[in-house]
Amino acid sequence: MSMTILTVDDSRTMRDMLKLALEGVGYSVVQAADGIEGLEALENGAPEVIITDINMPRLDGFGFIERVRQDPRFIGVPILVLTTESSNEKRSIARRAGATGWIVKPFEAAKLVDVIRRVAA
Amino acid sequence: MDALSAIRETFFQECEDQLAELETGLASLEEGAADGEVVNAVFRAVHSIKGGAGAFRLDALVQFAHAFETVLDLLRSRSLDLSPPLLKTLFHAADLLADLVSAAREGTIVSPSRIEPVEAELRRMAQSNGPSAPDDADDGFEPIPFSLDEMAGSPGDPSVRRVVVDFAPNSEMYRKGNEAVRLLRELSRLGKAKIDCDTSALPLLDDLDPNGAYLSWRIELETDAPVSQIEEVFEFVQDDCRLGIEELPVEEAPKENAVSAAPPVPAAPPPPTPDETAEAAAPAARKEALSPTIRVDLERLDRLINLVGELVINQAVLSQRVTEAGFSRSSNVITSLATLEQLTREIQEGVMATRAQPVKPLFQRMTRIVREVAEATGKSVRLKTEGEATEIDRTVIERLADPLTHMIRNAIDHGLEKPEARLAAGKEYQGEVRLSAIHRSGRIIIEVADDGAGIDRARVRQIALEKELIAADAQLSEAEIDNLIFLPGFSTAQTVSSVSGRGVGMDVVKRSIQSLAGRLSIASRPGEGSTFTMSLPLTLAVLDGMIVRVENQTLVVPMTAIVETMRAKDEAVHPLGADAHVLAYRGGFVPLIDVGVVLGFRETPFDPRRGIVLVVETEGSTACALAMDEIFDQRQVVIKSLERNYRQVPGIAAATILGDGRVALILDVDSLVAGARRQAPPTSFGFAAESRAQ
Repeated sequence: MSMTILTVDDSRTMRDMLKLALEGVGYSVVQAADGIEGLEALENGAPEVIITDINMPRLDGFGFIERVRQDPRFIGVPILVLTTESSNEKRSIARRAGATGWIVKPFEAAKLVDVIRRVAA
Repeated sequence: MDALSAIRETFFQECEDQLAELETGLASLEEGAADGEVVNAVFRAVHSIKGGAGAFRLDALVQFAHAFETVLDLLRSRSLDLSPPLLKTLFHAADLLADLVSAAREGTIVSPSRIEPVEAELRRMAQSNGPSAPDDADDGFEPIPFSLDEMAGSPGDPSVRRVVVDFAPNSEMYRKGNEAVRLLRELSRLGKAKIDCDTSALPLLDDLDPNGAYLSWRIELETDAPVSQIEEVFEFVQDDCRLGIEELPVEEAPKENAVSAAPPVPAAPPPPTPDETAEAAAPAARKEALSPTIRVDLERLDRLINLVGELVINQAVLSQRVTEAGFSRSSNVITSLATLEQLTREIQEGVMATRAQPVKPLFQRMTRIVREVAEATGKSVRLKTEGEATEIDRTVIERLADPLTHMIRNAIDHGLEKPEARLAAGKEYQGEVRLSAIHRSGRIIIEVADDGAGIDRARVRQIALEKELIAADAQLSEAEIDNLIFLPGFSTAQTVSSVSGRGVGMDVVKRSIQSLAGRLSIASRPGEGSTFTMSLPLTLAVLDGMIVRVENQTLVVPMTAIVETMRAKDEAVHPLGADAHVLAYRGGFVPLIDVGVVLGFRETPFDPRRGIVLVVETEGSTACALAMDEIFDQRQVVIKSLERNYRQVPGIAAATILGDGRVALILDVDSLVAGARRQAPPTSFGFAAESRAQ
């Protein structure tokens, strides 16, 4: 049975690319355009992995991660940050918010899938 | 279109949205909005473009977007103040970014000599803030794909080292989706690992908390990776475990208790304070409320519109057949049919409206044009817009951009005076260009008005004379003189400047508007200014037409082309040569075209006095008369492309299906007249030859 991955990113281009990469290897992808939509999507159940951007309107990545981590329903769900930034400061913030890992954009599809497989296993 | 091309297309569409956001945001900042959310939105717009561009390896775009983003980041973290010079730089950067996006889309390049100065400006602005430099990891930005185990670290020491890692996760680590097994696997990728698990803390099953953490590990690793790389495997879990990493001198065996290079850390990170959460989650006031919208494929909409068009046609056919079947006026069938007609009309209007978009984005693009032209001509100009919410069919909007740009360039370059001249004339220093859109009697009226000097009629007349566009003794009204600028060949070296001389004259603009079934005219008041007025149909899918008969063919003539209809009086029709006629009209003569002969429907010429004459206006505003057999009525028809279903036919624009189910051809008046004028023999219209061959 294929796994579900929630992708949260305000760029439609990025959402489409993620969908293309992940569905291509058999995952089922749920999309959200910002943190609020991400939280709404989670109401339908916990995905296997969450991939989120940082810079988004309404509720940004850090806020989103914090909220997810406060929810007991999503204990143990890996949250990967996918963003063009790579500053140590931002990584720390994400880590303290509860992120599982950090991937820098642009990503190679194969590498992304590899990371997800390792994290979700 | 394969998936990746589709996403690339999405990306460029998204870039357009982001660029519009950027423009709006900068405009707000210019007006004094110090709202942090506006700066954030501006940052995100550039950030998004950069992200997507990186994915498609559009290096020039990425590089510039990064420089731009860096300054915006400083601005949003309040390390930089929003000063007028900074704002000016940001506007220049936004313009350049838009150009880079276009170039990336079209596969062309923007000259580095254009990029470098703006980048330099940005860098200067970024450094001017002094101490708070951007985070070190952002320097030397390179878009490199990344994975969790390939962390950047110091270059590996080629020699093998032995490292002992003691790792005791707490339950918090598991809650964050991390798994010990995975981390151990990551470690083992770095070299040869011997892993021991300490299960001594594991309680009996009854006391086991499934969310608890009871296991710890000791890993002896032989690796050539630097210690920093080992540390980075645990980067994201460092707060949630006890971690000890110790490098052993090569020959020594690991000691039993060599643990805790790092001090024990608290079991769980403190929960985020309410303030932090509030700051992250507070829905900052966005400039515009998010109205519920949905993205729809344009193709789907087009298909839907087509289907609705068929529906309209079929409903008309049905109406006709019902009437022919002889139902009485008051019968149920007739009344039901009337309801159906009403519903169909409403559906059609509704569906057409889905493709209707507000002109606002189009008008906003013009702000940049105004800025550029004003700078280039040394004039001070403000753009005022009205009716931004007015909606037009999307296809029409897209084709308006170029003509509108030219008109605005023209208005600023030729219409508006230089500031000194304006002051001398008692006007405001700053000139105004007013762009407005409004619905009026089923059409869209768009005006481009300037408060400049108006048209110099003497000069226009002079130029037209020199170019032999008018006769020396021609009597022209003021309005007619004004509209001379639309004649082909009018624009001269004198009217071509470095700005508007990008090669198009007003005649090209007028033709563009006409190809949209629109009309364009100009009105001018000397010393006060000029106004271009464009009248456009609400949509290109339906047409107001006059249904006529020529020989045994039913044709449709677009209403926008028709100036007058009349019965040709005997004395008005004069023969010209053997087969041709002219019509006396408004003090002059206009060619009278035998449409039936020109299109090959008949061979023997038709006596125009026996039928109806339509006086039409073609490009170049010259009048012409078309001789038809009969006029039926005037109605709205759904346009069906001939090219898509058959092929292009000279003299014919498209086709439609009438209520009786027959196909009626829609005349392309310009093409028809041009063809007839060239005196081309009827058989050169291949269509006619073919139809006769059948």
